[in-house]
Amino acid sequence: MHPVLKLVIQRLALGLLLLLAASVLIFVGTQILPGDVAQAILGQGATPEALANLRSELGLDEPAFTRYIEWLSSALQGDLGTALSNGRDIASSIGGRLQNTLFLAAVAACISVPLAIFLGLLAVRYRDRWPDKLISAITLTSISLPEFLLGYVIMYFFSVQWGLFPSVSNINSGMSFLEKLNAVALPAMVLTLVVLAHMMRMTRAAILNVMQSAYVETAELKGLRRFTIIARHAMPNAIAPIVNVVMINLAYLVVGVVVIEVVFVYPGMGQYLVDHVAKRDVPVVQACGLIFATIYIGLNILADVISILSNPRLRHPK
Amino acid sequence: MNDEFRYLLARAARGSLDRRAFLGRAAALGVTSTVATGLLSKAVLAQGPRQGGSLVMGLQGGESTNSLDPALAASQVPFSYLKVSGEPLVNIGADGNLQGRIAEEWTASPDATEWRFKIRSGVEFHNGQTVTAEDVAQTLRRHSNEDSQSGALGIMRGISSIAVEGDTLVLQTEGPNADLPFLLADYHLMIQPNGGFDDATAGIFAGAYKWVENEPGVRHVLEKHANYWDSSVGHFNSIEMLVINDSTARNSALQSGQVQLINRVEPRVAGLLARAPGIHVESTAGRGHYVFIMHCNTAPFDNNDLRMALKLAIDRQDMVDRILRGYGSVGNDMPINASYPLFDESIPQRQYDPDQARFHYERSGHSGPIQLRTSEVAFPGAVDAAQLFKESAAAAGIDIEILREPGDGYWSEVWNVQPFSASYWGGRPVQDQMYSTAYLSNADWNDTRFFNEHFDELLLQARGELDQTRRKAMYSEMGMMVRDEGGLICPMFNDFIDAYNDQITGWVTNPNLEMMDGLAPVQMWSAE
Repeated sequence: MHPVLKLVIQRLALGLLLLLAASVLIFVGTQILPGDVAQAILGQGATPEALANLRSELGLDEPAFTRYIEWLSSALQGDLGTALSNGRDIASSIGGRLQNTLFLAAVAACISVPLAIFLGLLAVRYRDRWPDKLISAITLTSISLPEFLLGYVIMYFFSVQWGLFPSVSNINSGMSFLEKLNAVALPAMVLTLVVLAHMMRMTRAAILNVMQSAYVETAELKGLRRFTIIARHAMPNAIAPIVNVVMINLAYLVVGVVVIEVVFVYPGMGQYLVDHVAKRDVPVVQACGLIFATIYIGLNILADVISILSNPRLRHPK
Repeated sequence: MNDEFRYLLARAARGSLDRRAFLGRAAALGVTSTVATGLLSKAVLAQGPRQGGSLVMGLQGGESTNSLDPALAASQVPFSYLKVSGEPLVNIGADGNLQGRIAEEWTASPDATEWRFKIRSGVEFHNGQTVTAEDVAQTLRRHSNEDSQSGALGIMRGISSIAVEGDTLVLQTEGPNADLPFLLADYHLMIQPNGGFDDATAGIFAGAYKWVENEPGVRHVLEKHANYWDSSVGHFNSIEMLVINDSTARNSALQSGQVQLINRVEPRVAGLLARAPGIHVESTAGRGHYVFIMHCNTAPFDNNDLRMALKLAIDRQDMVDRILRGYGSVGNDMPINASYPLFDESIPQRQYDPDQARFHYERSGHSGPIQLRTSEVAFPGAVDAAQLFKESAAAAGIDIEILREPGDGYWSEVWNVQPFSASYWGGRPVQDQMYSTAYLSNADWNDTRFFNEHFDELLLQARGELDQTRRKAMYSEMGMMVRDEGGLICPMFNDFIDAYNDQITGWVTNPNLEMMDGLAPVQMWSAE
């Protein structure tokens, strides 16, 4: 077998094992949440009779292990059950939310990834001169500000003051693609600012690392333009660390944007998960956890595979 | 005001001249836009309700877990959409009097144990079915039977039998109850076909608006129910409710014109928001109150001197000024204020008195810190309020130790469990219901563990008393008992603060609940 194929298969198997471990953790974690589902659903207005009625209806008395096996096997068949709190089918409710989350993440990624890499290359080209310092200063400032503050500032200027984009990014299936893009303009802008610095700094550091190599000096002596050297000769050898950071940020864009969802009223997965945690709606929390874990592990495997493939020593073994 | 301006104003108010054109021409006549806008909104109001247009609301208090089943409603967004899509037996009007909705008229037997409600004919559900007395009876049964998970179960408990005679609903109560119709105005008790036994979450009601789209925690879209029986309400063609739980996002959405009506404006920004152009902030004194509750049967709070010391050691006015920023009024250690019918104005207001507090504290013989549990979810500003309480009590030599609890699980682990904690009450339409919910010895939510036989007797007597003067005297006596012996420290009654922009008009003050008792969307109309 080709060693690259072997490595990739190994990575995939490891990923599946990790996912199984994550499913156990998610299940155990949701079991030890404090509080009571019935109380959380009925809130302050709960009477003891109503509580008892609801508890027996939800069947919260079976042993945990049986419930885990049942849950996992039906989840593998795509059946995530129904939400305890409002009786809706989880798979179909999550479907729409997941699409929204992926849409926002994709828009933010399409802007931020090329921009971050380009700015990184630019920073290396003008290393220690004013463009480098300016890029670093701006991106580090934007990553240091809390997301919600960045969101409010952008909302204040772009929506309340100038009226360019809507402050409520509510999207629904009745909207055209352009309308959706217009609706998510502000959250995508904030997310771009948030993830830019990490990827830009990593690109800069990784490329600077290879800039010390002998072959870069050769390229310089051949008289190539400096930007060509960076983009064509140094960059391919710095791809592995950059891809890793890009994937971590992509995963963040999918699983970690609940604050932005709240500020811009975006109907994504984060808000959905938080609502159900607050109501102790265990099946939904488990389903969300499983999806997030899958995305996180999946993106990291992808990063690994790309790193492996980008390494010529592994691609062309002796 | 010259004739030309008057003519323009009339046209603009009728809507045949658009707002921008009107302001432009008014400016040409030398009328500034501020004056012109003011006159226009008055003219629009005088013109009476206009049909048409759509309303977009930004609401706090919605979660992706919300259900269309009225029995399970507990937060503001379900409250709002039930008020708009559902039709109850009766409503409590802005003046505190009952208005018939599904019930056309009602009578009580002389001893107030049997109530007969005549069901209005020709009221149609959203699915075209006609509302019958049987549907009403089934609805009440679903909210009161053994399997019920309804938030209205507590108030249904006094009803012993539900029967139908032709087009009349007959209710028997266990004891006399002069306030029964008021209880039936509860927002959980929206009439459903066959009482919702077939499918409680179908969203089929008999209200002014019917369901188009339901995305819990995101948005709810409703459109006018064409065959709605009451033509005096329901002026918009459609209503869209956006769930905007973040306060700043809600204000921005209103200011940028994406929504026209928002609830729950935070007191600290209400003044700022009111100064923004074209925004109206409405503050309504209601029955909701913020409280610190002590369990009267748990040491050290089983000593009335200690309870009295703590009641005297709280600076109410300071709390109203700092926690509510003036959007509220001082409380008097009883759950009742002037917004209730039969309130006795002559009950003296308790003042902050550190010397008296010290006197009672020393007489109680207690020493050492007193633990007060609080949390951000207890009420807005509860942690700061506890801090203010600690400071004012320290001046009387009382040491309060604040324990800050996590918001998650506060209602199950702390409230009604720990002996001294912060909480809130939304208020009830009548005194009887408020007292029966939380101060009767055997009430489910007797969160102050107030056990007083004489109080219980008076409450039951007052419930069946049809003579209003005698009834008022009884409520006054009960209020004094809770005030002087109970475990309730009630520093303030909070106002509801809502806001709308000048694209809509027709706001009236309604003290029942926020957003004109949830009826703002069906009673207001488009101003454009």
